[in-house]
Amino acid sequence: MQRRNFVKAVTLSVALAAAGFTSLQAQAADTIKVGILHSLSGTMAISETALKETALMTIEEINKAGGVMGKKLEPVVVDPASNWPLFAEKARQLLTQDKVSVVFGCWTSVSRKSVLPVFKELNGLLFYPVQYEGEELEKNVFYTGAAPNQQAIPAVEYLMSKDGGSAKRWVLLGTDYVYPRTTNKILRAFLKSKGVAEADIMEEYTPFGHSDYQTIIAKIKKFASEGKKTAVVSTINGDSNVPFYKELGNAGLKATDVPVVAFSVGEEELRGVDTKPLVGHLAAWNYFQSIKNPENDKFIKMYKDWAVKQKLPKADTVVTNDPMEATYIGIHMWKQAVEKAKTTDVDKVIAAMGGQTFKAPSGFVAKMDEKNHHLHKPVFIGEVKADGQFNVVWKTKGPVKAAPWSPYIPGNDKKKDEPDSK
Amino acid sequence: MEGTRRRTSSVLSRLSGFPLCLCASAVGFLLFLSVGLAHAALDGAVVKHLASEDSDEKIAAIQKLGQSGDPQALRVLKAMGEDALFAGGEGAALTVFLREGDKAVDAATGAPLSAEPEGSDAVTINNRIRGELAGAMAALRLFDPDRRSRLAAAKELLAGADDSMAPMLAKARDKETDEQIKGLLVHAHAVATLKAPDMEVRIAAAKALATSGDPNIKTLLLAQSEPANEAESLVRRAAFAAYLEVKSRLDIGETVGRVFTGISLGSILLLAALGLAITYGVMGVINMAHGELLMVGAYATYLIQGLFRSHLPGLLDWYVVAAIPVAFFAAAAVGIVLERTVIRWLYGRPLETLLATWGLSLILIQAARVLFGAQNVELANPSWMAGGIELMPSIVLPWNRIVIIGFSLFVLSLVWVLMNRTRLGMFVRAVTQNRPMAGCVGVPTARIDTLAFGLGAGIAGLGGVALSQIANVGPDMGQGYIVDSFMVVVLGGVGQLAGAVWAALGLGIVTKFIEGWAGAVIAKIVVLVIIIMFIQKRPQGLFALKGRFVES
Repeated sequence: MQRRNFVKAVTLSVALAAAGFTSLQAQAADTIKVGILHSLSGTMAISETALKETALMTIEEINKAGGVMGKKLEPVVVDPASNWPLFAEKARQLLTQDKVSVVFGCWTSVSRKSVLPVFKELNGLLFYPVQYEGEELEKNVFYTGAAPNQQAIPAVEYLMSKDGGSAKRWVLLGTDYVYPRTTNKILRAFLKSKGVAEADIMEEYTPFGHSDYQTIIAKIKKFASEGKKTAVVSTINGDSNVPFYKELGNAGLKATDVPVVAFSVGEEELRGVDTKPLVGHLAAWNYFQSIKNPENDKFIKMYKDWAVKQKLPKADTVVTNDPMEATYIGIHMWKQAVEKAKTTDVDKVIAAMGGQTFKAPSGFVAKMDEKNHHLHKPVFIGEVKADGQFNVVWKTKGPVKAAPWSPYIPGNDKKKDEPDSK
Repeated sequence: MEGTRRRTSSVLSRLSGFPLCLCASAVGFLLFLSVGLAHAALDGAVVKHLASEDSDEKIAAIQKLGQSGDPQALRVLKAMGEDALFAGGEGAALTVFLREGDKAVDAATGAPLSAEPEGSDAVTINNRIRGELAGAMAALRLFDPDRRSRLAAAKELLAGADDSMAPMLAKARDKETDEQIKGLLVHAHAVATLKAPDMEVRIAAAKALATSGDPNIKTLLLAQSEPANEAESLVRRAAFAAYLEVKSRLDIGETVGRVFTGISLGSILLLAALGLAITYGVMGVINMAHGELLMVGAYATYLIQGLFRSHLPGLLDWYVVAAIPVAFFAAAAVGIVLERTVIRWLYGRPLETLLATWGLSLILIQAARVLFGAQNVELANPSWMAGGIELMPSIVLPWNRIVIIGFSLFVLSLVWVLMNRTRLGMFVRAVTQNRPMAGCVGVPTARIDTLAFGLGAGIAGLGGVALSQIANVGPDMGQGYIVDSFMVVVLGGVGQLAGAVWAALGLGIVTKFIEGWAGAVIAKIVVLVIIIMFIQKRPQGLFALKGRFVES
């Protein structure tokens, strides 16, 4: 009796757990399958769920306009649950079982690093839509987010400028994994090249999902009081940002005092936070929802309609952000490349990707570099407004070419600006 | 009038405390006093410059308005700081106006506009301009009748006073009756005269600053005590003495701050672990689903928030209070169901209990995903939990932390009373100490087991209410607390509530001290190593139960 109960409990739990991961398995003859590999649960769900929605919306848009080469796209959604090894497993499943032609996915660099060997081994194709630390150039990956010179470096330069507050001391604060560590290594080298002393840089890391930022805020306050204007560069990722910004507001650390510029916080992450105490803190991206142009109006309206149609939670307040725009650009560029190559064959699509252009919601024409698998994108720096949107205070004149191998890391000057020959 | 003032002052207090250079507005002070408050309209050209594309032009205009001493200038600057200043039209037809509610008011004259110009857009500001605005507004408000306005202005000026402002600050200081503001103005005046040409004045300034607790002043004094910045050795000596005094005050403050964050973390650990201290500590059930009971409490809070939003929006600030009993009973109900259906069949078989409750935790996580979605849900802090008490300029004790510390004390005393002062508590203690004997004297042991487990689960639900206010609420939230909870209970000594209290506080303070010194990642490792070593030496935990037991 007892044992039977126990077995029942375990079976039930396994069955329920499996239910969460079921993917869309429907088969149809004349469709092209595309994989969507984003965490829909766990610490990264706050950021990645919206990317899944954007991808599905873009696929529907393409299908309504006749699909790709007359075939409809068929999305295959999997949930790697913010679990890095599971990313690799799910990627393998997409490529071998579902036989998808392309995968749109990943947010954290650690998840990208985890799926890379799979894509290389099986010669798959991954579109990665998030800003990252660079130091990578793979044949099987197209990077539609920003490299450090398209986000981190301009942001720090802005804070050093007169309008940015002429910051002299720097706190580099991040979640403890490859992206913040590498970005901060680049920033440290960059700051040193600008004459910032070692003693004027403080580096701090917290684990994923950290929720107690009292000590760190107290440390920042102390560091900032030791003379000279201080700025914080935050590479905190995932839902830790909510407690971080809450604590920042409660501790009374104002943006005019110590501005915080974030590289992984956009409109979506700030939805769960009271932004009134955060007015003036900054974010650097290649797109903001507040940018005004016809493409962006169309993009925002399309997503809002999609949210209402899909009955997303709190559909009336949905926002768009940079990685969503990058996902949107990526899917459209892949479509154009497939149509140019007239096949979904990975090697031919890769060859056709170089030089693709797309009129992006940022208001600029994004271009895939002929060689280095990265986009030419504009850079914007925005300040948080009381309504959770960003007020663009600085932007580049036009799109900037990505430099995945940052010149501030020794030895990078010898690296080639294109993937190793196939 | 009083209402507007209160609003403006709250805006300024939000903007207060910016270290910025107010040198330029110094002259404005003198003008301000001589001109007084009688101005009909602002200079239209200056106002138009507020809408300029160029930051420097904007700042020049702000400074000019700050010097005008006109209440209309204050109104315009305040609107600019709140993104309520708009501009429309081109060239000569450029109109700058404020939006107040749904009315448009001309910025220069204060007269209502009949219609807004086409294509109007908000005047954008950045941090630099925001800082200048705060400075200009502080200058306009130093003689405001409203106390909070003056307080904010004084704080603002403390950061950036210089020599030319000294007479103004002295006048304000002598006129001031409020102790707190007077103290700030004394310091602001001293900062302003620290570079005065007269040596005696400089020494007096340094001495006056010795009573400060502001980290910026510490830095200022240290700079003043260096030969490169100060030629007179007497002044250097006075500045250094003052520096040491300020430093020792700040050091004490820092320790107080750390102990507070430690206690705050400890109170959270305690709330998370107290339920487990009953189910595991007293009843001996290794409940891996404990974290999920916290989650049930947090989601109950979320549901109550939703109810308040839709039905009682006026009382939304108090939804947390209403959530306390709801979360308790929701989690207790889930706990009772778990006990009745699964755990009661497994008493005395810890390994199978562990596996079964782990399965239960997976079921609960998936159930939450199905019911509420996999993403975190948003819980707003009530307004009375936002902000904090400023003990010293360097230490702010946030209200939400203080409330949670108080709440954990409340829960602790509730548990203590229940266990030691009620019939149920007596039965629970009797059953755990000697089950057959308790049964013999008529205690319904099976029912007591259920109720005790329900109580432990309910306490976990209360922990969930507290966690919902500081951490993220999502299906997986319980997973992050299960290790911490077991750590507290095992370290404190199984079977002892007092042990859990000391262990939670100790772990909180130790963690925070190591975090301050080595960072959050190292702190986590070090604390775990310390606990492993401690358990090796003393497996029974801090407090071991003494006495005779049937099992032992």
